[in-house]
Amino acid sequence: MSTSYLIKNVSVLGGEPTDLLLKDGVVHEGADEAGAEVIDATGLIALPGLVDLHTHLREPGREDAETVESGTRAAAMGGFTAVHAMANTEPVADTAGVVEQVWRLGREAGYCDVYPVGAVTVGLGGQQLAELGAMADSAARVRVFSDDGKCVSDAVLMRRALEYVKAFDGVVAQHAQEPRLTEGAQMNEGPLSGRLGLAGWPAVAEEAIIARDVLLADHVGSRLHVCHVSTAGSVELIRWAKGKGVDVTAEACPHHLLLTDDLAATYDPVYKVNPPLRSAADAEALRAGLADGTIDIVATDHAPHPHEDKDCEWAAAAFGMLGLETALSIVQQTMVDRGLLDWAGVADRMSHAPARIGRVADHGRPIAAGEPANIVLYDPAATRVVDPAESQSLSRNTPYRGMELPGRVVATFLRGRATVLDGKLQ
Amino acid sequence: MPTHPQPVPPGPSSSTDPARPVRTVLDERDIGRALTRISHEILERNKGATDLVVLGIPSRGVPLAERIAERIAAVEGYDVPVGSLDVTMYRDDLRMKPARTLLPTQIPAGGIDGRIVVLVDDVLFSGRTIRAALDALNDLGRPRAVQLAVLVDRGHRELPIRADFVGKNLPTSLVERVRVTLAGTDDVDAVTIQGTAPAEEVTA
Amino acid sequence: MKRHLLSAADLSRDDAELVLRTAAELRELADRPIKKLPALRGRTVVNLFFEDSTRTRISFEAAAKRLSADVINFAAKGSSLSKGESLKDTALTLEAMGADAVVVRHGASGAPHRLAHSGWVRSSVVNAGDGTHEHPTQALLDAFTMSRHLGTGPKGSLDGRRVAIVGDVLHSRVARSNALLLNTLGAEVTLVAPPTLFPVGVESWPVEISYDLDAVIPKADAVMMLRVQRERMSGGFFPTAREYSRRYGLDGRRMATLQDHTIVMHPGPMVRGMEITADVADADRSVIVEQVTNGVAVRMAVLYLLLGGSEPAVGGEE
Repeated sequence: MSTSYLIKNVSVLGGEPTDLLLKDGVVHEGADEAGAEVIDATGLIALPGLVDLHTHLREPGREDAETVESGTRAAAMGGFTAVHAMANTEPVADTAGVVEQVWRLGREAGYCDVYPVGAVTVGLGGQQLAELGAMADSAARVRVFSDDGKCVSDAVLMRRALEYVKAFDGVVAQHAQEPRLTEGAQMNEGPLSGRLGLAGWPAVAEEAIIARDVLLADHVGSRLHVCHVSTAGSVELIRWAKGKGVDVTAEACPHHLLLTDDLAATYDPVYKVNPPLRSAADAEALRAGLADGTIDIVATDHAPHPHEDKDCEWAAAAFGMLGLETALSIVQQTMVDRGLLDWAGVADRMSHAPARIGRVADHGRPIAAGEPANIVLYDPAATRVVDPAESQSLSRNTPYRGMELPGRVVATFLRGRATVLDGKLQ
Repeated sequence: MPTHPQPVPPGPSSSTDPARPVRTVLDERDIGRALTRISHEILERNKGATDLVVLGIPSRGVPLAERIAERIAAVEGYDVPVGSLDVTMYRDDLRMKPARTLLPTQIPAGGIDGRIVVLVDDVLFSGRTIRAALDALNDLGRPRAVQLAVLVDRGHRELPIRADFVGKNLPTSLVERVRVTLAGTDDVDAVTIQGTAPAEEVTA
Repeated sequence: MKRHLLSAADLSRDDAELVLRTAAELRELADRPIKKLPALRGRTVVNLFFEDSTRTRISFEAAAKRLSADVINFAAKGSSLSKGESLKDTALTLEAMGADAVVVRHGASGAPHRLAHSGWVRSSVVNAGDGTHEHPTQALLDAFTMSRHLGTGPKGSLDGRRVAIVGDVLHSRVARSNALLLNTLGAEVTLVAPPTLFPVGVESWPVEISYDLDAVIPKADAVMMLRVQRERMSGGFFPTAREYSRRYGLDGRRMATLQDHTIVMHPGPMVRGMEITADVADADRSVIVEQVTNGVAVRMAVLYLLLGGSEPAVGGEE
């Protein structure tokens, strides 16, 4: 903790080059310091440490796919300083005991801050509310609640959850998937699903839940967060709800910004994800929504799976793909390089806004004197070819295998300590 | 490319290649006379046409078989059963090239059991096609005897096979190409040799 | 290199016509005393069936044996979907046995595609029906049967022939493969079903669609009835079996509206009384039994063209 870093000629949020001193866990602007380790950051951009509102760390229960330690290592390599660990573990994170365990594992690993997400219902069963207040009051201080992987489809239960979490300023993050419309669903429902003979996951199954939930949130005056928005119709609904003043926020995943459902024609389950990859028009609507703020944040939905759960028939394979280590590059490629978002915008969508939604105080702060030194240095001019073997994740299910992506995380600082330096995990 | 000899159909450029001049060795009338002689020899050898079945090996053996059958009918007043026998699946070089298109096998209604089968092909060369034909016949029945009629025997046998009836013996070099064209399938009746190429142009 | 037959879309018109022409030659074999050809001597064909289908399996088995191939039947009961032995492990076993071709039937759409492209096996893969995706050899035998009855010209062309395919298009791999192949061969296909049994996006298929069987069949040259499983009723795709039969079943009254030359087809197994009545199934214009006979010849043609030479003469890329 005692090392100080003097970052020279760094472009904060893409602005004019300046110097930053990271010392005692805090940012000191432009200061000079003898004894500090000097980093020549010419050409590099400084962003606030990224915050992921949607990560699957798999521990406890599926330590063959990921652990808190391996997942947070991957997060650090991707420029993240905080991740929200989803509740669909085994056992489910539906009690203070489980969320405190995950939180403690995160602290012990030390690569980034882990904020456990609490389950909305006991065992993700969709029947009975979990002890939301106990999780909120625990050492993990849970503020985000989600049955992610499953939809809180019961309208009454959803209403109660939205109301109940108001007591501790929590938010329900909904996995919007009408279950009856998606029984056995394998891929985006469209012309291709019909030709491939794979059961369709229709856009309306997502949109119907979002429409219901924004109306419910409006009715009870609660805030609602919508996970992994994937369709143009969903963007339109959220835009409408925000226009009406509903307290709704929404996330889009990097893979939905870049990849489209035609990849399913390979029958390679590395492209199997829930919600599924959609049409090019949907991806374009997501990018436009993210640009204009309708979609508040980018969240990875990093979902590691062991090899055998992907090296099989499509229908037998697990849903999900890795995302932490590639998220910033995908956002650069789909948003920054296309002129849809500047670096300040990236900082908002990937750090400020997710921290605000998750009620995380020490992350997503401006890069300014006196602020916590949670910072990522990023080289937007670099390129790299994705090699799954290089991932810090225990799993290898990245859909970007062999793709050339722009940008590279050069360094990540968590409270002034380097977790990644010179592109290498510390 | 495998170098196993194959009858090659004439291409449009073959007659215009100055380095490899084309020489006609049998014209329409020569071919007609040869087939007539072969037909008579078949009748002589077998003491008539009863029990004969004439099977052409596709593709150009088939029209030759039909012409022989016509001549026999004209002489004997008896319609000899005529058909075709595709040997593709029995070839010993099947695995050396992409799967070949099958050609028709049409065995006359009376079958071949106890009959004298006269196989007809255009050119006898290595003998491998006839070896395949004998195997194919074996799966179709048991003829009393099998005889072979060819329009041209160009030598270079690789198996102990000989023809019973030959239109013309044509000593050739291995680098020469013998081509049989028949009106109906092709423009005209002719047997041609594409001339010897200069030594340095011998192709593999 | 072309190695596999996974989808009817893998076949160009030339490819499909070559298969049909080859099948026509091979069909004659059925009438000969020795029903055997030596073309695949020493080659091993594995029938890998994750789903029960006795008729398809014996059809492929007869085809391979008539070409002198060695045949190994591998009935993998309990697919990986039910956590039995995985497709991958099964494939590695077959590879170790030296299979030259794997004929695969699987409940999961795309399983043959995975087998062919995942690097698990080097052999040729023939799709013998995968989930609700495709069944290309069924489409080939259907086209072959149509060509024999309805074909025009020396090649038995189906150009301009009208084919009605009736029934559960949504779940039918036979309908998918036939729609693709018959379009390739120049026929005009109309799919007929209640709206609930069409897949989303069927408008993009190279076919006409109709909800009205009575309007379509008098113009058809061939009417192909698809099996409708009674279990579909529980999914609410139609109200009752009786209503389905009344609206989409082929009975004597409807058969009377067909043209004289029109043939009736069914890929089997039939649900008599549901999509087809017994008097129609057994009528002179029904070619259902002949479809089975033709199946062997068509599968021989496919196996010969994939395995007979140094490299396949038809089939999909890679």
